[in-house]
Amino acid sequence: MTTQAQDQSEIFNGTAAVGFKDARSADGTDTRAIPAFVFGEELAALADSDPRVVVLTADLGRSNRALDFAARHPDRFVNVGIAEKNMVTIAAGMASCGYVPFAATFGSFAALLCAEQIRTDCAYPGLPVRIVGHHSGMSMGFYGTSHHSLEDLGMMRTIAGLTVVCATDAHHLRALLRLSLHHPGAMYLRLGRGRDPQVYDAVPDLVPGRAVTLRDGDDLTIIATGSETHPALEAAAILAERGVSARVLDMWTISPLDRDAVRAAAAETGAILTVEEGNVTGGLGSAVAEVLADAGVSVPLRRHGVPDEHVPVGPPAALYAHYQLDAPGIAAVAQDLLKGSQA
Amino acid sequence: MGERPVPPTATAGTDLIERLSERARFVRTETVRLTRIAGAGHYSAVFSCAELFSVLYYSRLRIDPARPDWPGRDRFVLSKGHAAIGLYPVLADLGYFDPSELDTYTRLGSPFGDHPDMNKIPGVDFSSGSLGHGLSVSVGMALAGRLSSLDYRVYCMLGDGELAEGQVWEAAMAASHFGLGNVVAIVDANQLGIDGFVRDVMAAEPIEQRFAAFGWQTHRVDGHDLRALLEVFGALPDQAGRRPQVIIADTIKGKGVKRMELSPDWHVGNLAGADYDDVMAELGRGEGS
Repeated sequence: MTTQAQDQSEIFNGTAAVGFKDARSADGTDTRAIPAFVFGEELAALADSDPRVVVLTADLGRSNRALDFAARHPDRFVNVGIAEKNMVTIAAGMASCGYVPFAATFGSFAALLCAEQIRTDCAYPGLPVRIVGHHSGMSMGFYGTSHHSLEDLGMMRTIAGLTVVCATDAHHLRALLRLSLHHPGAMYLRLGRGRDPQVYDAVPDLVPGRAVTLRDGDDLTIIATGSETHPALEAAAILAERGVSARVLDMWTISPLDRDAVRAAAAETGAILTVEEGNVTGGLGSAVAEVLADAGVSVPLRRHGVPDEHVPVGPPAALYAHYQLDAPGIAAVAQDLLKGSQA
Repeated sequence: MGERPVPPTATAGTDLIERLSERARFVRTETVRLTRIAGAGHYSAVFSCAELFSVLYYSRLRIDPARPDWPGRDRFVLSKGHAAIGLYPVLADLGYFDPSELDTYTRLGSPFGDHPDMNKIPGVDFSSGSLGHGLSVSVGMALAGRLSSLDYRVYCMLGDGELAEGQVWEAAMAASHFGLGNVVAIVDANQLGIDGFVRDVMAAEPIEQRFAAFGWQTHRVDGHDLRALLEVFGALPDQAGRRPQVIIADTIKGKGVKRMELSPDWHVGNLAGADYDDVMAELGRGEGS
């Protein structure tokens, strides 16, 4: 992790005393290391050579940096105001006329408020609309339940014909956006709050439907996604110091899920810990459990995430610690899983 | 722009009126016939907009059935998707597909269900079914047209009951904010929803004032008067203008069949035996029109 990323991580973890507005425009930091911050910029670059790219938002162009796109391609930027359902369906209308719209708002509003528009207007007609749900999980902390996006993975992955992917860091987000230009159907892109520490040294070559093995190991596999990938890697390092060898997968592709990688993890490492910043019901953990059940494979499995409850108010870092979704917490849960599997 | 196919008919002479009237009757009889195939279906919501379908498809829309995907075509979004059963025969009649395919209506695997599917039916510009989405789709299509420098119009047909959906007004606000003079909303104000009169369930009126307050230019017309419809469609300002247009068509749900007119019992129904023959005869006589 770079020093700058560490600084951001402190903001992210709530140790730096900054407000939402200040953190968003932190001076002197490499904003390109921050996922949501590259969203508008990367799309602006892609749009230079691809006239199909248009960006929509619902009065959140500052939060998701769609304004970086608007500055370069004002004619291809549509701000619909606080009207998310309208935004998603307008995007579908544009897609039916040959455009590739990226419609961005907070994950909770995108997935929960617009679930029907995403299913009926985007996924069902197979239109290349990209729904961008940013500030996912508990990353909005004390903004509370309305702004927490804990159900989106569970909801979105039950929609047929909808590809569901999670951005891991800035480089990864760039890769996802580039990949998305050539994807034929509708897509839900889950982004963090924009302060996820760097996992990838460069823009990775992603293969559609294939997870990335970030670290190999023998004792268990930690399957993480999105903003939980970095702490999962850190947890693996902690576990290594304790003599536990953990494989770490970045399961950025939620639907379709990389079933081969899950089956291989079960066969080769014996135990699986899924880690996600969301309700454990219906999300990544459920998806992995389904693969094992369908394959008739029984290995120790722990679905780690937010239990089926509404989370309390608090800064994000406090919430991650509360739910053991930080690196020490994940390491502890992993050891507990292994202890149980040996009993 | 390139090629611009000439609409099937162009002038508002007596022959045209007769032809449009005959095509409206065709919409109704085909609806009755197809509903019998399915065993149930929406009659009255189609009967209220039969003249609107006729005027749009046989005199107004700039379309080319030989090229359903022609980028420069006018778009038609059937936001009140349950009137699809009346749209399918029109599309077949215009040559988008073989009319014999209609007889698969609602059968397993048929392209023709109760609501239109853009991926299965040539000539359908957008899938619909859930009410309240169509005007947003139209705004998207209109923005795309402007961005592509294409001079097509987007026509969107809504029901008056559908106006209770909040998303309609999100779209109405957006259309005027973005200055989309290439959007034409058509409200089939047939006065009835499933549970009864719109005015009793959730009043949509005053529709004109409401659209006007959202920045739209409004037109109100008897939706069964073909001459009046031709006039109002013909008088629309150029689509390059900045004001979205709405045509509020006062119609009668079930128009054309006395027993169905303004009766909530016929939102979905079926006719069999002598009833079927009676209704077909009544439509043939054209007493209700």
